[in-house]
Amino acid sequence: MLRFLIGRLAILIPTFIGVSLIAFSFIRLLPGDPVMLMSGERVMAPERHAQVMHDLGLDRPVYVQYLDYLGNVVQGDLGSSIVTKRPVLQEFGSLFPATLELSLCAIIFAIVLGIPAGVFAAVKRGTWFDQSVMGVALVGYSMPIFWWGLLLIVLFSNTLHWTPVSGRISLMYFFKPVTGFMLIDSLLSGQAGAFKSAFVSLILPTIVLGTIPLAVIARQTRSAMLEVLGEDYVRTARSKGLAPIRVVGLHALRNAMIPVVTSIGLQVGVLLGGAILTETIFSWPGIGKWMVDAVFKRDYTVVQGGLLLIAGIIMIVNLIVDLMYGLINPRIRH
Amino acid sequence: MSAITTKSTQPSALSEFWYYFSRNKGAVIGFGIFLLVLLTAIFAPLIAPHDPNVPFDGMQRVPPVWSDKGNPMFLLGTDAVGRDMLSRLIYGTRFSLFIGLVVASLSAVAGVLLGLVAGYFRGRVDTFIMRVMDIILAFPSLLLALVLVAVLGPGLLNAMIAISIVNQPHFVRLTRAAVIGEREKEYVVASRVAGAGTFRLMFKTILPNCLAPLIVQATLAFSAAILDAAALGFLGMGAQPPTSEWGTMLADAREFFQSSPWLVTFPGLCILITVLAINLMGDGLRDALDPKLKRS
Repeated sequence: MLRFLIGRLAILIPTFIGVSLIAFSFIRLLPGDPVMLMSGERVMAPERHAQVMHDLGLDRPVYVQYLDYLGNVVQGDLGSSIVTKRPVLQEFGSLFPATLELSLCAIIFAIVLGIPAGVFAAVKRGTWFDQSVMGVALVGYSMPIFWWGLLLIVLFSNTLHWTPVSGRISLMYFFKPVTGFMLIDSLLSGQAGAFKSAFVSLILPTIVLGTIPLAVIARQTRSAMLEVLGEDYVRTARSKGLAPIRVVGLHALRNAMIPVVTSIGLQVGVLLGGAILTETIFSWPGIGKWMVDAVFKRDYTVVQGGLLLIAGIIMIVNLIVDLMYGLINPRIRH
Repeated sequence: MSAITTKSTQPSALSEFWYYFSRNKGAVIGFGIFLLVLLTAIFAPLIAPHDPNVPFDGMQRVPPVWSDKGNPMFLLGTDAVGRDMLSRLIYGTRFSLFIGLVVASLSAVAGVLLGLVAGYFRGRVDTFIMRVMDIILAFPSLLLALVLVAVLGPGLLNAMIAISIVNQPHFVRLTRAAVIGEREKEYVVASRVAGAGTFRLMFKTILPNCLAPLIVQATLAFSAAILDAAALGFLGMGAQPPTSEWGTMLADAREFFQSSPWLVTFPGLCILITVLAINLMGDGLRDALDPKLKRS
C-alpha cells in the first residue's frame, strides 16, 4: 500500500508543477504586461512603469520569476486580489465552504438517488422501470444545467414560491460564520427559522448541480450491476437459496461498487466545473461565482490563484479516490 | 458465382453495423432527430419565416402563438429586441452543429495523433505526453475553457479552440490504451517483419483497429462541445450577440426569464434535444461497435 501511495505521489508532483506553470504563464500570455493590467485605464509614465516593474521583480528573467512564484505558492502566498486587495488565499478560504457545502449536498443527492435507481434498473432489466430510469438518466446527462436551473427557478420560485430565487439564506437572518456551512451555522445561531431558510435555499442549487452526477452514477451502477449479476459467484449464491435481496445487496452490489466509486470520484471535477454555472445562476457566494466574476473584472491574481487551488483540490481528491480504490479492490494494490 | 455466395453468407460491414445499431430503438430515434436537425441547419434560409437578425418595430417580446397575446406572424414569439424566435432557433442549429463538428474533429485529430505517438513509441515521449494530459485534466474543463477564452478574447472561434483543447485528453488516453493493446499483436509484428515503416504501422496497420472506441468518443465530444459552447455563450464568453447561438440567446434572455419565460424555454429545449439525440446515437454506436456486446 505504501509503495502504491509513493507511486501516486510521484506522478502528482510533476502534475502540480505543470499546473503551477499554466497558472503562472496565464497572466503573461495576456496582451500587455501585469503592471499595465493592474493599473487598468490609468495612463502611467514610462519611468513610473519601469519603477513598478522593478519593484514587483518583473524585470527579472522569467525563470527566476517562476521560481520565486513557486516559492511563494509553497509558503501559501498567492498574492492579493487586484480588485479587493485582500489576499487570494483568504478570499478563497472564506468562499470555499459555500461551494463545499453545495457540492457535498449535490453528490449525496446523486448517490442516494443514483445507486438504488441503477441497482433496481439492473435487477429489473428490460422492464418499463429500467427503461424509464435509463431514459431519465440520459436526459439528465444531456441537460444544459444553466437552463435547467432557470426552469426550476421559474417553476418553484416564481410560480409556486416554494424556494428563494438566489442566495444561501434569507437576508432576515444574520450571524457570524462558525464552520462556514450555512446548515450547521444556522442551527448553531439558535435563530428560529434560520435552518429552514438555509435548507430551502440549498434545494434547487443541489438538484441542478447534482443532475449530471446523478445520471452518471445511475448509468454506471446499472452497467456494473449487470456485469456482476452475470458472474458465477452470483449464480452460486442464488443456487444456495439465499434471499434475492442478500444476493443483490451483499454479493453483487459490493463488487459492482468498485467502478462506481471511481466514477463518483471523477465527479469532483464535474462538480467544481458545474459550480461555475450553478453559482452564477443562483448568485451563490462560492468559488465558482468568484472565478467567473474575477474573469470578467480582469482580476488576474484571483484567476491565477483560483486555478491553482481548484486544480490542487481536484488532484488531492483524485489521489484519495485512487487510494480508496486500492482499499476496496485489493487486486490493484499488488 | 462464388462472389455471389460469399455476399449472401457474409453481410457487409455496413449492414452488420446497421443490424446492431438498429436493435437499439433509442439510437434510431436519436439518429432520426439528428438528421432532422442537420436538414434544418442546411436548409435554414428556406425554412426560417423571417430574417433571424432583423428586429420588427413594436414587436418586442411577443409571446408564442398559442398564448392570448400571441401573433400568428411569430409562431414561437419574439425576443427582447423584436426578432423572430423560431427563425433564430432555426439558424441556431447551424452554430451548434458547426461547433460540434469542428470541436469533435479538432480534438479527435490532435488527440489521436498524440495518443498514437505516445502508445507507439512509449518511453519518455509517452511519459511527457501523458503528464501534459494529466495537467489539462486537473482543471475542471469548463473553468479551463473559460480562462483560455479570457486569454484569447471572447468569441465563437476562440471558444471552439478552448473547448477542443480541454476535450482532447480523452482522445489521447483512449487512443494510447488501444494502441498499447494492439502493438504487440501478431498481425502488427508480421507487418513489421514484412518491412512496413513506422508511419505505415502506425496509421495503416494499428490505427484502423483502434477506431471503435474513438468513434464513440467522437460522438460524446460532439455533444459535450455543444453543451460547453452553450455554457460559454451563457456566461458571455462564447459567441457574441447578435449571433443566434442558443447559449448566447439564453444569456440575452436571462433578465427577462421571469416575465417572458418562452425566451428561455425554447433555446434550452433545442440544446437539450440536440444533445440528447447525439447521446442516444452514441449509446447505439457503442452497442454496435463493441465486440464484447455482440452475441449472435
